[in-house]
Order: sequence, then C-alpha cells, then structure tokens
Amino acid sequence: MREVLIPGVNSKKKQMCFDWGPGEMLVCETSFNKKEESETKPGCPFIYIIRKDIDVYSQILRKLFNESHGIFVGLQRIEEELTGKSRKAQLVRVSKNYRSVIRACMEEMHQVAIAAKDPAIGRQFSSQVSILSAMELIWNLCEILFIEVAPAGALLLHLLDWVRLHVCEVDSLLADVLGSENPSKHDSFWKLVTILVLQGRLDEARQMLSKEADASPSSAGMCRILGDLMRTMPVLSPGNTQTLTELELKWQHWHEECERHLQDSTFASSPHLESLCKIMLGDEAALLEQKELLNNWYHFLVTRLLYSHPTVKPIDLHLYAQSSLDLFLGGESSPEPLDNILLAAFEFDIHQVIKECSIALSNWWFVAHLTDLLDHCKLLQSHNLYFGSNMREFLLLEYASGLFAHHSLWQLGVDYFDYCPELGRVSLELHIERIPLSTEQKALKVLRICEQRQMTEQVRSICKILAMNAVRNNRLGSALSWSIRAKDAAFATLVSDRFLKDYCERGSFSDLDLIDNLGPAMMLSDRLTFLGKYREFHRFYGEKRLTDAASLLLSLMTSQIAPRSFWVILLIDALPLLEEKEVVFSAEQTYELMRCLEDFASRRPVWREPGVQRIQEDVENTKLEMLRLALARNLGRAIIKEGSLEGS
Amino acid sequence: MEEIYAKFVSQKISKTRWRPVPPGSLQTADTFAAGSWDNEENYVSLWSIGDFGNLDSDGGFEGDHQLLCDIRHHGDVMDLQFFDQERIVAASSTGCVTVFLHHPNNQTLSVSQQWTAAHYHTGPGSPSCGSAPCTGVVCSNPEIVTVGEDGRINLFRADHKEAVRTIDNADSSTLHAVTFLRTPEILTVNSIGQLKIWDFRKQGNEPSQILSLTGDRVPLHCVDRHPNQQHVVATGGQDGMLSIWDVRQGTMPVSLLKAHEAEMWEVHFHPSNPDHLFTCSEDGSLWHWDASTDVPEKSSLFNQGGRNSTFLSHSISNQAGVHQSLISSWLSTDPAKDRIEITSLLPSRTLSVNSLDVLGPCLVCGTDSEAIYVTRQLFS
Repeated sequence: MREVLIPGVNSKKKQMCFDWGPGEMLVCETSFNKKEESETKPGCPFIYIIRKDIDVYSQILRKLFNESHGIFVGLQRIEEELTGKSRKAQLVRVSKNYRSVIRACMEEMHQVAIAAKDPAIGRQFSSQVSILSAMELIWNLCEILFIEVAPAGALLLHLLDWVRLHVCEVDSLLADVLGSENPSKHDSFWKLVTILVLQGRLDEARQMLSKEADASPSSAGMCRILGDLMRTMPVLSPGNTQTLTELELKWQHWHEECERHLQDSTFASSPHLESLCKIMLGDEAALLEQKELLNNWYHFLVTRLLYSHPTVKPIDLHLYAQSSLDLFLGGESSPEPLDNILLAAFEFDIHQVIKECSIALSNWWFVAHLTDLLDHCKLLQSHNLYFGSNMREFLLLEYASGLFAHHSLWQLGVDYFDYCPELGRVSLELHIERIPLSTEQKALKVLRICEQRQMTEQVRSICKILAMNAVRNNRLGSALSWSIRAKDAAFATLVSDRFLKDYCERGSFSDLDLIDNLGPAMMLSDRLTFLGKYREFHRFYGEKRLTDAASLLLSLMTSQIAPRSFWVILLIDALPLLEEKEVVFSAEQTYELMRCLEDFASRRPVWREPGVQRIQEDVENTKLEMLRLALARNLGRAIIKEGSLEGS
Repeated sequence: MEEIYAKFVSQKISKTRWRPVPPGSLQTADTFAAGSWDNEENYVSLWSIGDFGNLDSDGGFEGDHQLLCDIRHHGDVMDLQFFDQERIVAASSTGCVTVFLHHPNNQTLSVSQQWTAAHYHTGPGSPSCGSAPCTGVVCSNPEIVTVGEDGRINLFRADHKEAVRTIDNADSSTLHAVTFLRTPEILTVNSIGQLKIWDFRKQGNEPSQILSLTGDRVPLHCVDRHPNQQHVVATGGQDGMLSIWDVRQGTMPVSLLKAHEAEMWEVHFHPSNPDHLFTCSEDGSLWHWDASTDVPEKSSLFNQGGRNSTFLSHSISNQAGVHQSLISSWLSTDPAKDRIEITSLLPSRTLSVNSLDVLGPCLVCGTDSEAIYVTRQLFS
C-alpha cells in the first residue's frame, strides 16, 4: 500500500471518484461535498492519471526492460528435451545474463547519480542504485541455491563469491594501501588485512602479512606462522577429486593446529594477529567484534561458515542463517525487508522470496523474470493460485500489462503475453485494441502482431478503423484497400457507393490506379464488382471495343448486379452505342435492353406531389422516350443486318 | 562480420543514416543520424563511431558509438536523409518536413528550415486537424522530394519557402517510399504494390509509367536504385519479398526472391559495391545479399549443386571481359539465384529492424528493441 499525494486535490473536502485502467487509474474530484457544507467551492477542475508502475518510465530502466526481453524470449525457446547437466548449465547462463543486465543498469545509474547537478535528483538515482543492487544480490543468491543447486563444499565457495561480489569496497582500499609508500604503516593496513581474512581471501592476506614482516622484524616470526596457517587451510578446489570426508578430516587437523597456537599464546604480543587467528577459528565473539567491517549479517554468516563449517549442507543453511541474523542484530534493530527475503531464500522457501520481493520492490520486472526462470527450473510446478492460473503467469501478466500502459514499450509486452498459456491471449486481445494507431506504419506493426496470432477479430477492427479514417480524410482509394484487406464486404460496398456517387457528380472516376487493378479482390462485394466492371465498360468504350462494351453493359443489368438507382445511368450509357454507325447491339440484345427499360420504368416510384419533382419526372420521361426511340431504331437496323447476313 | 556493437538507447529507432563522406576523400564513415518514433518525445540524434581511444577514461567499450547531440522532433521520425554534410532532412508523422543543421563546433543541432504542412488531408472530418504523415523523403542537392499518406508528392528546394511543385492526389493509396531515378525523375512505391515513375518535366498528376506486381496488390514498403545501373531497382514488400525490377522493360519485376517473414522495411544496394544488397524486416532480421560472382570456393564448400553454375557464370563473365560491368548480377535471373549468398547479420532475433544504412565497410541499423547496431567490418 502506498500513499500518493496529488497536488491540487483535497480529498478531505470533496469526495473523490476513480476508475481503474489496465495500468493506470483515473482520479478526479466529484461535486459532492464530504460533509454537509452549504458552500460549494469550485473544486479541482482536472482529471488525474495515476500510474501504477512508475519504474516503467525511467529512461535507464528501459534498457533493462529491452535487454532482458531478449533474454526472456531466448529462455522460452530453450528446448524442453535438454535434461541434466546441459540444461542446468544453460539455465545458469541465462541467470547470469539477467544479472549482468542488472549490473550494467546499475553502473549507468551510478554514473548518472554522480553526474547529477541537483542533489535531490542525485539522491533519487542513488536510491535506485541501491534497489538494483539489492535485486542483484537476491537474484545471485537464488541462482546459487535454486538454479545451481550447489552441493555441500561447493556451496560455500559460491557463497564466498557472492559476498565478495557485493561487498566490494575492499578493492579500492587494497589499491589505496598498496599504493602508499609504506603499506604496513598505512592507517587502514590492519583493517584491510582483517577484511581480506573475513572474505576468505587468504592469499592476499598472506602477502600483506609478509609486508608487515619485512617492515617490523620483531613480529616477523608471528607473521610467518600465521601466514603458514593461512596457506595450509584446506579448501575445496573445483578440479580436485578429493572427497568431502577427506576434506573434513584435513580441515579438522588444521583447525586444531590453529587452536593450539592460540592456546600457546603464540600471538599474544600482537593483538592484531591474535584477533586474526580467532577469526580463523570461527570464534563468534571475535567475528562480532568486526561488525563494522562485516557490514551485514549475511557476510557474517558466510565468514562464520567458512571458518567453522566449511562443508555446510544446503539443508542446514537456514539454521545458521537465522542464528547469524539474530547474533548480528543482537536485538538492537529489527530485520528489514531485504533481510527477510534473504532469510527466506536460505530457508529454500521460494514462494516467500517472491512474495516478499513483490511487496518490497516497486516494479514487477524482478519477480516476473525470476519466477519465470525458477519455473523453467521446474521448481514451481506444484503451486497454483486460487485465482487466474499459476504464479508465473500471474506475475508475467502484471508485468506485461505495465508495459502496455507505456506509450512506447507495448511492443515488448506482446512476447510476454505469448508465453502465458492460459490468459495471455485474452489479455493481449484486450490490450492491443487500445493501442492508438497514429500512423499507418504503426497500424501495420499492430496488424502484423494480430495476424501472426490469428486474431481475426482484432485484424478486422484495425482495418476498419483505418478504413474509416481514410473515408473521413477523403482518401477513398486507401479506404477501399483497407476494407479489402479486412475482407469487410459491407464497408467495401459503402466505399464503392461513394466512388459511384463521385462519378455521378463529376462524370469521371478518381483513383483509377486502384480500381483498374482490383483483380480477384473485386469479388468481395457485389457493389465493388459492379464498380470494377462498370469502370471496365468505360475502358472498353474508350478503347473502341464497342461490342465488348455493349455486352458488358447489358450483363451488368441482366445479372442484377447493378444497383437499381444506377439503371438510368446505364441505360443512358447505352444511347451512344445505339447511335453508332455500325450496329453494336444485336437484335436479341436489343430485346433484352428493352425488357430492362420497361422493367425499370414500371418499377419507378410514382410521384405524388407536384412541383420540382414533377419537372424531374418530365426530364426522366423524356430520357425514356429517347431511349425507346433509339432502341426501336437499333432493333430495326439489327434485324435488317442480321437478316441480310443470313441471306447472303 | 565479427564485431557488431549493440547499444541500447532508450528510444525506439525508426531511421538510421550515415553522414556522407566528402566526395574524393579517403575518410570512412564516422557519424550517423538516428530518429526515434512512438515516444512521448521523439528525437533526431547524431552519433559518432570515431575512435575515442584515450578519451574513453571510464573503461567504456572501444568502438561503441557515442551520442554527439540530439534535438526534439515533433511527431514520429518517419524518414531521415542527409541533405549535405551538415544538414539533415526529417519527415514527421505530423506532415511536417524539417531541415536540421549540425554545428560541429559546439556539437548542437538546430532547425534551419521547416515546411509545416507539407502533407495534409482535405476531408471534411479529418481527425488529426488535416495533417497527414509524411512517409518518405529523398534529397539530391538542392532538391528535396517528399511523399505521404495523403498520396501527395512535394518537390522542395532548399532556401525556397514554398514547395516548387506539388502533385496532389498523385496516388489513390498511401505512398510509402521515394527515390530518385534520373535527375528530374523519381520513383515511388505505394500500398497497392505499384511502382510509379514520375517526371517533373511533365505537367499534370499522371505518372509517366506504372509497374506493378501481379494481382495480389501486396504493399511495397521500400525502394532503392542500383547506384551505377539506374534502370535496376529493388523493392521490398509487406510479405517480405525482395523484387528486382528493370524499369526499361516490362511492367513486372524481373525476379521475386523470397526473403523475410514479415514487412521488409528497407532495402539498400551497397553504394560502392552494388553486388551487395542489404535488407531489414519487421521479423527482426537483417540480411546481407551477396550476388558477386567471385565466390566459387564458398559455394563449392557449402553447396555442391551450386558449384557448376557458379563456375559457369564465372567463366561467362570472364569472356564478357570489359562488358562485365554492364551486366548486372541482379538481372541475370534464374541461373544466378543459387549464387546469391545470404547472411544474417544480427546475432539473435529481436523486435523489428526498422532501418539500416551502409557506407563503405560500415553498417548501422536501428530496432524497435531500442538498440542501435553498428559494424565497421562488413567485408572482413
């Protein structure tokens, strides 16, 4: 739960109303007063859009979203057949890729934070850096425990790496001390050596000790002894075939030797060296003295394990984790969300980890991707939610919805929906319809998404929107193309009618490049067929192919394809053909034309009212009379011609 | 093709263009312009791939491209062209055409000229106040030609406030791209699969020639002309097909090559090595088409069947000797088909690759996954 302050809105005085959107919420003041106050003050005149997922709008995090999208898609394509080692290796690699993207983002955020001129903005970026750093820390631990599933022995090595990676101030300190003229006299010399020992970097610690030995001959003997202890500490090396029992035995011997030295007060004259020795014995009190250098309880945990239980089993981790946390905090402060998350991880409670992360982090990116990865490790199979589908899908849907709320990142969301088997498609259908289609290019991209997924309903509606826009813009050619693409017969009819109307008004066709090249698309609607064929008639006529023109014209009427309102025009179009010197219509065709004419005349609406319509009727009657005359003359000529042809 | 650098730039890239190198200079490409789309705020930006070498103190990757400067652009950047060394022409989804001027001294961009309503709709209820997206622009100093969704063709001249020539209703559908054929003639492609040639010497709004694909009316999205043989033209369509046309003869393409799985957004002949062609697509792929004949060892390695034909055409071209340059490898259709080698240039599929440009050994492309890819060793 989070409280958001909206400037200008006073929820104490006025009642608020709101409406949920997929990723945003609308909020505004209503005209209702909260208490029965008689005065009606003018409220806030604005409607506010409240964004749920603000991290989506960060310029730098956009890189995280885009880059991880590629990794996500790659992960979904990992072949299911891969089993055992190769599969695990691949999953670990994917996990590392995710982490490196987080780190790159963190790095850039850090640079920006440093460069920021405004300290407030700098702080804002710094807090983002710490969030990213925590994400990486959690992810890394999950990788070790759940994906790598390191066995006893190797587990500790991984944990050491984990701590070293995240407590990294030591490297700058190391450079600082080594860079000074006399390292062993440096103020932070012992601090550095202690940190090195705490992190288990014993080789480096030994080198530092040898510097001290060189500088002060009095302690040289002690330094050599402690150095030897460091050198002889048995560790598991990856290539080694030695068994855990062997290691444990060796380690036990080494531990006893350390203890002997402490009891013999070998280092009594040097408190520094003695405390180092105690640390190497895993002495809790000695470790807790170094609280400041340890930074946090999980460092304490790992150091403690290193020097007291180097072969800790995964299953025992949580015991040590809990006690380390308690010891480290010492009842002074209560654990923070990050502590709880790590603790849950040490307890192998994946669901708790994800739940705590969902609450603590301000975006869905982390939980969605981590859950998906863990699901690919087959760790979440058993868990089903009582709503929606499973947890993986639920989180992915939330994340993708957030992306769709963004004006630009929506394209990334599509692939996430694709990999949600249960509700992904419906969600995509709902979201994709809400993408504003500002240009045809953008519309084409949305269309492609829909077509690839056979979302016919959405394809139809997008084409329809574009066709409507085109009609409004007087772009009939475009409108027709879009309705053809949508196979929308009704709309094609509507556009064809507009074309015919324009023709009636202007006496010529527009957009010939399209109408002349309709091809099979002409069959989409009767009206469109008529438009195409009627234009073809004009072409025949223009090319002086009169017989073709005549039979086409006649067939337009006899096949009933021409709209009734257009018959007069068609009949009038026949006039010049009838008046040609050569006989164009045969006798039979002329009979048919006459039938059409009478058919038309008989079905004409009867004009009841006098006035203007009366004149129109007169005009039409004159036309009809002219046609009848021409038809009769043509019939005569045709009979004579046909008769003489037969006769000859 | 080993080193290809990717950089995420936090905006979807619609266009990338190399700045031309001064004629006669030995310099290689070092600067490109990029335009973004579908952002709340869109930008035209200039990037350098020059060696920063010792300048690069914070351990950044060498060879990574660096932002020089950028400027707000109103609306989506629909097309982008360099007018000359300093000036960039941008086409906007608002119908506006802007000329940006680059000041190398203080690395800034400024607006030097603007035609605000170059493309517009005239309908009674136009939803967007009548403005229509300008979809394509092409420059040939001092002329600038633009085309748009309104089917209009504009001819501008730098330093003229008004359009020199406008062809209203040049096309009944959307014009997607434009290029120069010969100086007073231009080529346009539209959304019903037609290729039209326009001659500015002619009056009226009729094209001098229409070429089209057969009946299917598959929209064409991009067009490029062979740099040396002006009659050879390549187009890319909605179905991802690559068509090669000979505009001197016929109204149909000479060859149709199955290419991408979705819209081909751009096609470019290599300007100095035109046997190489590059295409990019909505399906997230970027392809290099190599039709040069001297790759016998490659084909014999990978393609036993192709060996003979390669050998044959190789010997023919030897016989042809001096005429070799006259025979375009793109027009010698069928036997050549299996000689064309296609390489995919991007390591993994991403979202749509919207734009690409080639110059010398350098290639740049921009994607919807907000990354710009650059390689400087095309022919290694």
